[in-house]
Amino acid sequence: MAIRERMSGNEAVAYGIRQVNPDVMPAFPITPSTEIPQMVSTYIANGEIDTEFIPVESEHSSMSAAIGAEAAGARSLTATSSAGLALMWEELLLAASNRMPLVLTLVNRTLSGPININCDHSDGMGARDTGWIQIYAENNQEAYDNFLQAYPIAEHSDVHLPVMVCQDGFITSHAVENIELLEDDVVKDFVGEYEPEEYLLNPGKPIAVGPYSVTAYAMEAKKNQELALERSKEVILQVAKEFEKISGRKYGLFEEYRTEDADYIMLIMGSAAGTAKQAVDDLRLQGKKVGVIKLRVFRPFPAQELAQALKNCKAAAIMDRCESYNGNGGPLGSEVTAGLYRSKVMIETVNYIYGLAGRDFTVNEVYDVFSQLEDLVENGKEAEQYQYIGLRKTGGAQ
Amino acid sequence: MMSSGYEIRWHGRGGQGAKTAALLLADVAFKTGKYVQGFPEYGPERMGAPITAFNRISENPIRVHSNIYTPDLVVVVDETLLHTVDVTAGLKEEGAVLVNTSMTEGEVRTLLKGWQGKIYTIDARKISLECLGKYFPNSPMLAAAVAVSGVMEKEEFIADMEASYHHKFAKKPEVIEGNMKALKMTFRVMEDVAA
Repeated sequence: MAIRERMSGNEAVAYGIRQVNPDVMPAFPITPSTEIPQMVSTYIANGEIDTEFIPVESEHSSMSAAIGAEAAGARSLTATSSAGLALMWEELLLAASNRMPLVLTLVNRTLSGPININCDHSDGMGARDTGWIQIYAENNQEAYDNFLQAYPIAEHSDVHLPVMVCQDGFITSHAVENIELLEDDVVKDFVGEYEPEEYLLNPGKPIAVGPYSVTAYAMEAKKNQELALERSKEVILQVAKEFEKISGRKYGLFEEYRTEDADYIMLIMGSAAGTAKQAVDDLRLQGKKVGVIKLRVFRPFPAQELAQALKNCKAAAIMDRCESYNGNGGPLGSEVTAGLYRSKVMIETVNYIYGLAGRDFTVNEVYDVFSQLEDLVENGKEAEQYQYIGLRKTGGAQ
Repeated sequence: MMSSGYEIRWHGRGGQGAKTAALLLADVAFKTGKYVQGFPEYGPERMGAPITAFNRISENPIRVHSNIYTPDLVVVVDETLLHTVDVTAGLKEEGAVLVNTSMTEGEVRTLLKGWQGKIYTIDARKISLECLGKYFPNSPMLAAAVAVSGVMEKEEFIADMEASYHHKFAKKPEVIEGNMKALKMTFRVMEDVAA
């Protein structure tokens, strides 16, 4: 029996952590993820779980401690945002390359500067090439569901990689919304006990973690890591199927919303996908053939699958909540168009940058995007291939 | 255009509890079986800075994750904001604005850049000082918002809030009675205006 509740995204993830009862959680506070370790500490203080909480002096240390605990054979996790993730950068690479199946609950917040506490995806996107699996959530429900699926993916013998479960800072982390929770025993059965195959505190089978690798072998280590990330795609789908059995909620690499006959598709990630779906419903009432693809799994990147999903539309808007500072578009824009080219899918695309540093993204802006795509295809009106939406008008207040 | 249900925008200053009031309203509306959203928008992180908080309350699942631009109700927790913030911006013509003030409706209207619609006033300071001995406007403002919006029955609201306060103030039980008194007094004051 599902439990009908209302809670914020941070509360939902903390609730999931309580249900999983991981072994070790080192953490250092940073807005807007601070509530997660705070709530977990309360669960521990109340004796509800026996997770070992390690208060550390920085995120560099929280990720180091999580890696150490995981290497020792303990199921570990930490939480962070923004500059906290940036400070972990070196360790993120170590976690992935040492094949540590730990979990990081990332509450997406912009990176400085200007200094700002609000949501965009620049922190997660900055870590996109560190070897982690990255799963993004639209709302509190998905933040909870994705967290519950994280360990079964990470610890799978075909994978052995860390998983970052991401949700939008404030927009979902601090918004109270309805949610359906699973019962504790159902979650415990689903996630199971952690039985690491190889770990440091195993006198019967000594191993070394993180030693120097000579050039003759290091490249193979990297290739093996890449293969594991590729294999994780299938595992993510298997875990989603198992999760559907206990929750009734269906997950894939991405969600296709009213795209079957769509001429125009918006590809988007995170909380703004809900706003886009609402706009699509409104436009459908006016007879517009529009749809949304919400990307859930950014790493491994489902390039071919997305190309197939987009191949029958006339134009796609690729939405990046992150600037790449490469002069050529955002991360999603670049990767999706590369995928389209390799799959020989030659549809029109426009890459929009939206919602930086918490800039609101509205239903009206989704209408505007679709209208620009339609103008491009129907009236041949040229559109900048890479452009911003939602900027202040020059000289005036918004 | 499809409706996202009943939408409320709260204007307050950091530290006054506008965000808490929005979250509590989401809480109580949830208990009536509705779909809810309650969320803040933070500006600079300091006491006294203007903040906005939002509620959506609907019979259907809510997917929109943007701020609210065409609210049904605007709640102004701090009357000094009337001088600097265009609080009725986008407010639906048939909507209403509720202001925490000792001013009259007419006095408030002169500060609201041409707003023609409904105005409700409530002196939350007076109620709070009388019931709690301190100035915490969020309980009276929450009750007044419930009275004006009619999102739930008053009796149901009172019963739910009692349970919420027992949970929220588990470590400060001495403030529960005062807060409950403030809610009930607000309802009595609002009875004439928001029948």
